[in-house]
Amino acid sequence: MKTDALIDAIVASGGAAQTRSVRRRYAVMLAVGTVVTALVAMSTLGPRHDFAYAIALPMFWIKLGFVASLAILGTLGAFRSGLPGRRVSALLIGIVAVVGGIWIVAIAALVESTPVARGALLLGDTWRTCPWLVGGLSIPVFVAIASAMRRMAPTHPHRAGALAGFASGATAALVYAFHCPELAAPFIGTWYVLGMLVPTLAGAVLGARLFRW
Amino acid sequence: MLRISTKPAYDAREARLRALMVAALAGDATAYRAFLRELAAHLRRFLGKRLQGRPDDVEDLVQECLIAVHDKRQTYDPSQPLTPWVHAIGCYKLADHLRRSAAGGIARSDFDDEADEAASHARDAADAARDLAKLLARLPDRQRLPILHVKLHGLSVAEAAGMTGLSVSAVKIGIHRGLKALAAMVGPRA
Repeated sequence: MKTDALIDAIVASGGAAQTRSVRRRYAVMLAVGTVVTALVAMSTLGPRHDFAYAIALPMFWIKLGFVASLAILGTLGAFRSGLPGRRVSALLIGIVAVVGGIWIVAIAALVESTPVARGALLLGDTWRTCPWLVGGLSIPVFVAIASAMRRMAPTHPHRAGALAGFASGATAALVYAFHCPELAAPFIGTWYVLGMLVPTLAGAVLGARLFRW
Repeated sequence: MLRISTKPAYDAREARLRALMVAALAGDATAYRAFLRELAAHLRRFLGKRLQGRPDDVEDLVQECLIAVHDKRQTYDPSQPLTPWVHAIGCYKLADHLRRSAAGGIARSDFDDEADEAASHARDAADAARDLAKLLARLPDRQRLPILHVKLHGLSVAEAAGMTGLSVSAVKIGIHRGLKALAAMVGPRA
């Protein structure tokens, strides 16, 4: 086929398009995935029993701020990675800065505490289940973002997959934070971060297969 | 990254292409045609620099990029510059192309030698099936597999797309180009 003939065929099929539809679809899918994850979490795990007490503690809000900012940076990064030519480096630096921030709080908490208490700050009561629950809860959000991504054009499928995984992990962590009884920064900085890394790595591997176009 | 042109030329082309693209997205067919023509010329230079000595591949790739630009035009945000968007698509399709030709390169050159040898002998008309297989083998995978699945095995385009991992439009284009290539192989000798 001559290139000019191809151009004629393309023009004949129509060029009008709603560029806002990509953003709308991504936002809708993200909301659907988050609601599904929240419903699954609330029906199986439920909110922490001392919820009213917890919201009075500053550390609860630091924890929520930590996961919420990662969820925002991650979902923005995943969205941009689906648009050709858009940069995500500033968002990646933001993610590293937020994780670095919780680690500074964590180190301060560890330094201030007695050697005996340090183990408890790091492991809490739920370190065995936390990363897996976060990873598991990320699945609905990941499926939702991946389905929006297939209409998009990720030019680095591994990176797009990793960011989609991270975004779903951080969103799942945000939901999980309402159930989770842990409030120590060393715990959050370790097990929450590991829980987000599980879908990040899975997304990086899956991205190369799922996001080809 | 290789620079294609000087800064003023780059800026002028960016402004022109972007204005055409914005008009095209609003439904202006004349602008869309002008956009695709200028984009094709630009991609020919852009990809030509990166694929030196393979002019046929460049034109194939230009066409693939035009189809990709069309299919994914809703991922262009009119508030953003257009050139990085176009170049990112071009680089993605180029990497894809290089990966495919690296995977298929050795097998294809073997088939080429065999086919050349065969061409020097008299053809047996009764052996049409074998000839067809041999000619098909000379086609790159992205053309051979769609023809095999759709034209010979009778699958639908969508099924062939699922089996090969190609997009539906890539399957259609592969069939179209592959049949043309086959006709060109047979034509002069017939």
